[in-house]
Amino acid sequence: MKKEQLLDLYYQMVLIRRVEERGAELYQAGKIGGFMHLYIGQEAVSTGLIAAREPRDRVITAYRDHGVALNCGISSNEVMAELLGKATGMSKGKGGSMHMADTSKNMWGGHAIVGGHLPVASGLALGDQYAGNDNVTICMFGDGATNIGYFHEALNLAKTWGLRVLWVCENNQYGMGTAVERASAVTEIRQKAEGYGMKNGQADGMDVMKVYEAAKDAIEYVRKEGQPYLLEVDTYRFRGHSMGDPERYRKAEEVKQWQENDPIGIFNKYLLDKKAATRKQLDEIEARVEEEVAKAVEFAEASPEPTMEDLFKDIYADN
Amino acid sequence: MAKITMREAISQALMEEMDRDPAVFILGEEVGVWGGTYAVTKGFYDKYGAARVKDTPIAENAIIGAAIGAAMVGQRPIAELMTINFAFSAMDYIVNQAAKLRYMFGGQFTLPMVIRAVGGGGRQLGATHSQTPDAIFAHFPGLKVVSPGTPEDAKGLLKSAIRSNDPILFIEHATMYQVRGEVPEGEYTIPIGKSKVQRPGKDLTIVTYCKGLELSMKAADELAKEDIEAEIVDLRTLRPLDMEPVLESFKKTNRAIVVEEGWKSYGVGSEVVSRIYEEAFDYVDAPIIRVAQKEVPLPYNRTLEQAALPQVPDIVAAAKEVVK
Repeated sequence: MKKEQLLDLYYQMVLIRRVEERGAELYQAGKIGGFMHLYIGQEAVSTGLIAAREPRDRVITAYRDHGVALNCGISSNEVMAELLGKATGMSKGKGGSMHMADTSKNMWGGHAIVGGHLPVASGLALGDQYAGNDNVTICMFGDGATNIGYFHEALNLAKTWGLRVLWVCENNQYGMGTAVERASAVTEIRQKAEGYGMKNGQADGMDVMKVYEAAKDAIEYVRKEGQPYLLEVDTYRFRGHSMGDPERYRKAEEVKQWQENDPIGIFNKYLLDKKAATRKQLDEIEARVEEEVAKAVEFAEASPEPTMEDLFKDIYADN
Repeated sequence: MAKITMREAISQALMEEMDRDPAVFILGEEVGVWGGTYAVTKGFYDKYGAARVKDTPIAENAIIGAAIGAAMVGQRPIAELMTINFAFSAMDYIVNQAAKLRYMFGGQFTLPMVIRAVGGGGRQLGATHSQTPDAIFAHFPGLKVVSPGTPEDAKGLLKSAIRSNDPILFIEHATMYQVRGEVPEGEYTIPIGKSKVQRPGKDLTIVTYCKGLELSMKAADELAKEDIEAEIVDLRTLRPLDMEPVLESFKKTNRAIVVEEGWKSYGVGSEVVSRIYEEAFDYVDAPIIRVAQKEVPLPYNRTLEQAALPQVPDIVAAAKEVVK
């Protein structure tokens, strides 16, 4: 990977971190409503994954979607505006934290029903298969989503019909507050692909380069073979499941241990060790991000609310 | 005008639209090699091939979910649910995804898709395979619900549904595939969201749709023998509901009954009656009566099943009650 691209990945990861941190503050200040699930700790996963796609490849994910949206090229202005429910958000303030999409960036949404977007991902790939192209659909979901029926119907269909889907399980060790081993018959999620005769693999989700390499290979396989693939990525969310999480289910030591493995810290060290960047360059990126996020908050706060006419807009395409 | 069956009308609509638009394809359980469990897609597999007539696993979430995804990227899938009772398995996809994705993402997604589903009782299929849950689906903004009662309407409405850019639940009735009716020669469509007077009359208004139309037409013949002229308004689309012809008729007759096959409680009739009271209260000359299914899970036994379903004599009796 070229130096500029490496620096861009670093920028994206820091941007996600800062957007989430500012988002948490705004949530606590009462400016963001509803549920909000932070991506802090998991930045390397979608950053590495989406860096490996071609622009024509589609991305669809669950409700922990702010980071994915940013990685897909949706601006921090729009992400922040959507969090604040403003008309300038990509979903015009009607979707909120869990429903960020921009079809022009091939980002097909954050989806709020656990596992609900998996058959839809099969459908996106079906649409591409029907159109006769070899676009890949990258479908991200948590470990919790692999215990619901949707997962199994979607994987079965993808394998039976030879749909180009890269299934990416972000195994962050907990489905809400229930540890993987308390909810899943197998703790190594990728084993579930075996039952469908589906090729699968695993990657360290705290290391953006490892995610990138694994994703690159998996996407190539999916595109060339016209077959789905399941990639399990081990990761950890540093914050609670959502903003209202009392975190009674995990010990402070466990969280601390993972935090020592901070994906941004790991990548920072990697760049310096490889001499891909200087300390000064990385500091500059961090300063640039601070400024960008401050401006995004300003933009979002100054943006107009949706109007009462918007309330009745976009229910149907035809009248 | 040619006289054809409901099955032929639906089949013709599907075939004409598949011939017209290559983005249209069918997916569902046994739609291909089998030819459709109600034989609606008989011959389609040979004509269009496996890519356009897709046999699916028995997995309703996958069927409707895949249709949604394919529609989002510009195809025009027609998903067939073997019976509407299986829609409950895919409830999340119908009401939580199809009905909401456009709105929730600020209009970014367009879902040009049709879900064809067979509903209704009368075939001794037992409680889980005989339901008429139309009102449940009509409850959700974002979805359109169409349920025709004649071959002419079935063909014209289905063609419109396939051309529509919105998710549409198209409900057919299991006992009506052999119903015959006049259908215009050549190309035609019928707009979604328009109720229609199927029989003119002056003494009372019968508001109904789908199977209720068949029964109400027979009841109107009976009533005519006793000089009671019923005007029958067929809703055809449950959402968006077109009340104009209903209100126009009611303002003339001042008396009405509503006939539906589903349960009375929280049903289509409840909605129609409320709307009449809200919008035409000054014209009410008699309490409006709902004729509907008895409040029981539909039994297997033929006699009991028929007793639970609304019948022609029930409609005749209700009509006489409101005109007396």
